[in-house]
Amino acid sequence: MRKLIYTVRQSLRISVQNIITNKMRSFLTMLGIIIGVAAVIGLITLVQNATSSILGQFSELGAGTLSVSAPGTAMKQGLTDADLKTLMAVPGVKGVSPQVSGSTAAVYDFKVYDNVSVTGRNELYFAYNDVVESGRALNASDMSGNINVCLIDQDFRTNILKGTEAVGKTVRLNGAEYLIVGVQKQDNSLFSAYSDRSNLDGSVIIPYKNALTMSWNKNVTSLDIYVEDGASNADVEENLRETLDKIYNNTEGAYQIFNLDSLMDTMNTVSSMLSTMLGGIAGIALVVGGIGIMNMMLVSVSERTKEIGLRKALGAEPARIQTQFLLEAVILSIIGGLIGVLFGCLIALIGARLMDTPFAVSPSAIALGLGFSAAVGIIFGWAPARRASRLNPIDALRAE
Amino acid sequence: MKRFGKMRPSGTTSAAEPYTPGEDEILHMAHIVKDYRIGEETFRALDDVTLTVKRGEFLAVLGPSGSGKTTLMNIIGCLDVPTSGDYYLSGKPVRGQREAQLAQIRNKEIGFIFQSFYLLQKQTAYENVELPLIYANMPEKQRRERVEDMLEKVGLGDKMKNFPNQLSGGQQQRVAIARAIATNPTILLADEPTGALDQKTGAQVMELFHALNNEGRTIIMITHDAKIASHASRIVRILDGKLSEGKLEDA
Ligand SMILES: Nc1ncnc2c1ncn2[C@@H]1O[C@H](COP(=O)(O)OP(=O)(O)OP(=O)(O)O)[C@@H](O)[C@H]1O
Ligand SMILES: [Mg+2]
Repeated sequence: MRKLIYTVRQSLRISVQNIITNKMRSFLTMLGIIIGVAAVIGLITLVQNATSSILGQFSELGAGTLSVSAPGTAMKQGLTDADLKTLMAVPGVKGVSPQVSGSTAAVYDFKVYDNVSVTGRNELYFAYNDVVESGRALNASDMSGNINVCLIDQDFRTNILKGTEAVGKTVRLNGAEYLIVGVQKQDNSLFSAYSDRSNLDGSVIIPYKNALTMSWNKNVTSLDIYVEDGASNADVEENLRETLDKIYNNTEGAYQIFNLDSLMDTMNTVSSMLSTMLGGIAGIALVVGGIGIMNMMLVSVSERTKEIGLRKALGAEPARIQTQFLLEAVILSIIGGLIGVLFGCLIALIGARLMDTPFAVSPSAIALGLGFSAAVGIIFGWAPARRASRLNPIDALRAE
Repeated sequence: MKRFGKMRPSGTTSAAEPYTPGEDEILHMAHIVKDYRIGEETFRALDDVTLTVKRGEFLAVLGPSGSGKTTLMNIIGCLDVPTSGDYYLSGKPVRGQREAQLAQIRNKEIGFIFQSFYLLQKQTAYENVELPLIYANMPEKQRRERVEDMLEKVGLGDKMKNFPNQLSGGQQQRVAIARAIATNPTILLADEPTGALDQKTGAQVMELFHALNNEGRTIIMITHDAKIASHASRIVRILDGKLSEGKLEDA
């Protein structure tokens, strides 16, 4: 054991000496590995960061949430209050929040604003979503009493209230006086970033029944279902289908359920596929790098035939020669791997800055890169090292 | 490419009279034959060579070019194995050994000195002398001492950090000699040690050989130069692969 450590240490020294004396060539040889590893780490990290940030947005939006769109049938449009109660009783459902969307004109300070988006919600929406920045959320008594209260968003405050204190003011929405009781947080989600709000003066949330009245609708056609903790989205979706089928008499197309979980599953699959694909491409780069190493090692062996012969004459066993050359290849590729890791992190950092996602390099990517480069060194260093170890000392000494 | 497996002696080896080494015999060769195959033909480079060397001898093997000197040296130095015949080194048979064992024998028993020095150009004098000690698994500290001693001994204590191309030919050969004696081998084996040197530096190397021989080291020197051979205490002649005892006066 001690002898082995000694051998490895001495071979290591000799290998490092050889790498240093051939700096330029060593660097060129490492280039393939550097590019391969940088590609592995850079690309994998980019994909992972991008998907994890998208997934983060999704889960913020819809962890444990199912969205139901229920236009209904000609006979029965949307869902009545009684239907909502039925849905509330479905196993695994902890809350039902209708969503009634429309737009109207708002009047404030004797000015008319034509494009104000109005969304009707119930108190459960606020219980399960953290949207209130200041003031209060809508509560159960607002709902039961059809009270004219609203929460405004940041755009509303900027464009209509001109940035003044909002809570306590009143606005006229669709002809009725509404008391502003709260302000919503800025919506930073990915979806809001991609929805065009430029022609909106602002948005408000009001009790959903008020919104139904305002939009001349009797029934709710769109709602969010909050799933109980520990219940699976898929199971609850199944239960909901049963209930909704009953409500709509099994009519085709009466409703649709969007399960964000399954969307996230799909995203995950896509991202891991992408990672694998990019990993594969980077793997090819690594193999090319490995061939570079093999080439350099073969050149090195034939260039140093005489040296090998001399070492053998002086008592180097074949195993030592093999260890020396193998270590040389492995060290070369690991140094290349380390440089590659640095470049890969740099790529990931730049990518993160450009895509505005948080920068994080997964340790597994680094381990993968380094492991791969060491493996490449061993695999592609093996044949040249073996060739060196098998050289006949006399022929080797005679070589010029 | 030749593989070592093929170089091991074949079954043709003659099981001659059993050999019991004499007290001070460190090398014994009996009926050594070395055939080289060139295509269909075989060429006999060594023909029934029998040779015994005693401890402390300074032996010169004298012969013209192509007579088989290097072939003989390769066999003595365990770089090659004979086609047939028996070879004992330090009383132990060198036969049927694998290359790994041969390497260890070379490291322990043989100190090579080559005509063209064979120093590693990219390593310092110190590192060159250190090489066989590394292969002997000598611990670092001991090794340092030993290398310094050896370089002092050949008069290069002040040139340890020099690379071979920063040394004269004679100095390079002295580094090679320091390297050869570093592991305290049984035999110093020199093939034309002065072949690449001018007369004066050649003479210096010969002086060094004498000094080493006076320390009790066994030296086998191969040369085609009778004048150089005359430094030895015993001369054997080789011609067309045949060895014959020569007299000093013939030289
Ligand atoms: N590998 C080989 N294959 C075939 N023939 C060889 C081989 N090595 C040596 N010979 C032949 O064996 C004979 C002896 O060669 P060797 O190298 O031993 O001569 P030498 O006495 O050292 O000569 P020199 O003084 O020129 O170095 C030569 O005729 C040479 O052609
Ligand atoms: Mg010769």
